[in-house]
Amino acid sequence: MTQYALVIDLNVCVGCQACVTSCKQWNTSGWAGPLVDQNPYDEEPSGTFFNRVQTFEVGTFPDTETVHFPKSCLHCEEPPCVPVCPTGASYKRADNGVVLVDYDKCIGCKYCSWACPYGVREVDAQQRVMKKCTLCIERITDGSLPERERKPACVLACPTSARLFGDVHDPASEVSVAIREQGGYPLMPEWGTKPSNHYLPRRKTRRHLDPDEIIRVDNPLRKEDLTTYTDEETLDDVTW
Amino acid sequence: MHPAFSVIFLTTLIGAGQGLFLALYTGQLYALAHLLPEQDPDFYALGSVLALALLAGGLLASFFHLGRPERAWRAASRWRTSWLSREVIVLPIVMACVFAYGLAHGLGWTDPLITIRDTLPLDATLILGALGTLGTFALFVCTAMIYAHVRFLEEWHSPLTVANFTFLGIASGFMLAAAYSAYRGDQLVAFFGTWAVVATLLGMASRLASLARNRRLKPKSTVQTAIGVRHQVIEQLTQGFTGGSFNTREFFHHEAPGTLAAVRWFYLVLVFPLPVALIGIAYVIESPTLPIAAFLIQYLGLIGERWSFFAEARHPQNLYYQRIA
Ligand code: SF4
Ligand code: SF4
Repeated sequence: MTQYALVIDLNVCVGCQACVTSCKQWNTSGWAGPLVDQNPYDEEPSGTFFNRVQTFEVGTFPDTETVHFPKSCLHCEEPPCVPVCPTGASYKRADNGVVLVDYDKCIGCKYCSWACPYGVREVDAQQRVMKKCTLCIERITDGSLPERERKPACVLACPTSARLFGDVHDPASEVSVAIREQGGYPLMPEWGTKPSNHYLPRRKTRRHLDPDEIIRVDNPLRKEDLTTYTDEETLDDVTW
Repeated sequence: MHPAFSVIFLTTLIGAGQGLFLALYTGQLYALAHLLPEQDPDFYALGSVLALALLAGGLLASFFHLGRPERAWRAASRWRTSWLSREVIVLPIVMACVFAYGLAHGLGWTDPLITIRDTLPLDATLILGALGTLGTFALFVCTAMIYAHVRFLEEWHSPLTVANFTFLGIASGFMLAAAYSAYRGDQLVAFFGTWAVVATLLGMASRLASLARNRRLKPKSTVQTAIGVRHQVIEQLTQGFTGGSFNTREFFHHEAPGTLAAVRWFYLVLVFPLPVALIGIAYVIESPTLPIAAFLIQYLGLIGERWSFFAEARHPQNLYYQRIA
């Protein structure tokens, strides 16, 4: 069974907000109507977003690290938000595991948002229904799009490729390999919600240089060179 | 959580309505057993109208909670999994029972339909009242389980929530029954007042127990599990936006800690000791007005109690919305 999900690489994300704006742009212009804002250019702006990039500081100055942390619905495998919905407007698609809200059935009771520990459901103040990330359901299921565009808008927009998209139930998919080989982890595992989206941890980037990476042992110029050097510059010392 | 007045009024009004209905029916059962004087049909009919009005008021308040009240009927569809859906179904059933109960009394349908073992004459009002009682308790459970079921709000996720809603609803309903009897000038004030005091004391025990439990709660989620970084010191620099959003409004009460403490003391005094004292004094000096005051004061306190119930619940999503850069 397919379970579409995002894998977000915190080691790569630079917090540029491109996914936030591309998500907003794509989803505000789509079939489901706008993601409405209030006072967007004024005091106290407010609005509906599916995706946010937050920033955390880890450690104490000067030993700190800045972690940019994109967050949207994690399309949980055991979504606690779904069974509490009194109308059935919140549901998990059986064919691809995407958790969606039927905007025509939702009564805006907000109960599902109480039952999500991740704070990713938002009531649209104008349409007065619950909204959340759809993984761009109309893109990823659109067979008429070329394969490489059959991805959520945020994934296509990310300039550092920090966002991967795919089927986490397929052990050979790019996302499954990334989770397996790079220590992908779920958020708040203590609740047993089994989020499908995973995060790849920060990694220390250490560069180890062997001496022969600096001085070429196999320098062809040196090979048959019989000159005795007395501290003058050679070609090996020139920066190319 | 943000305390919404729609839900505060919904839960307190239907609680009092349910309690009042239980009080009327208890009175009738006592009269049947000749432990209390018989009441005229008016007593039950008017009492039922009052209970129905409270239930309807609560229902009306609930509509203000919905973004799309015109679709509210859809909420009855997921009763298999959703306590909210179950409440939506049980509330009208209880209202129908209370209505039928009052109507049966008003129209005098009190000829026994059958007599059990030649001693217990079963009439329409008794049967309807029994159904209503079942429904009333089911409604207490459904209403409270809406909150107790949400495991992320650990302050609510406890059987004590069900106990509180039930005892406090019954207490305010019996208080109202005492006030109603005092207003009519009949003999039942002491009877209802005694039960109101008993329910108030039970409610006080369970509410204090839940306060003690909440004080010891250690949130399951931390900022470490929220972003999955294992480090002692993690601080949010920005939640990602400068303005407000649904997440910063719905899950925060935006009140000073002092306000929370003040409201807690306010309701601890108004809901428990004060009405009990007033009922006690009313009994001694046979005052017809003090029971009414006792009910009004307790109801006011219950609004504070419910406000506090929401404000003191801490949602784990708040970990993600701590700071505007
Ligand atoms: S992240 Fe929240 S809204 Fe999304 S599926 Fe999980 S519980 Fe539901
Ligand atoms: S807000 Fe809408 S989607 Fe959420 S529980 Fe209520 S009806 Fe269901």
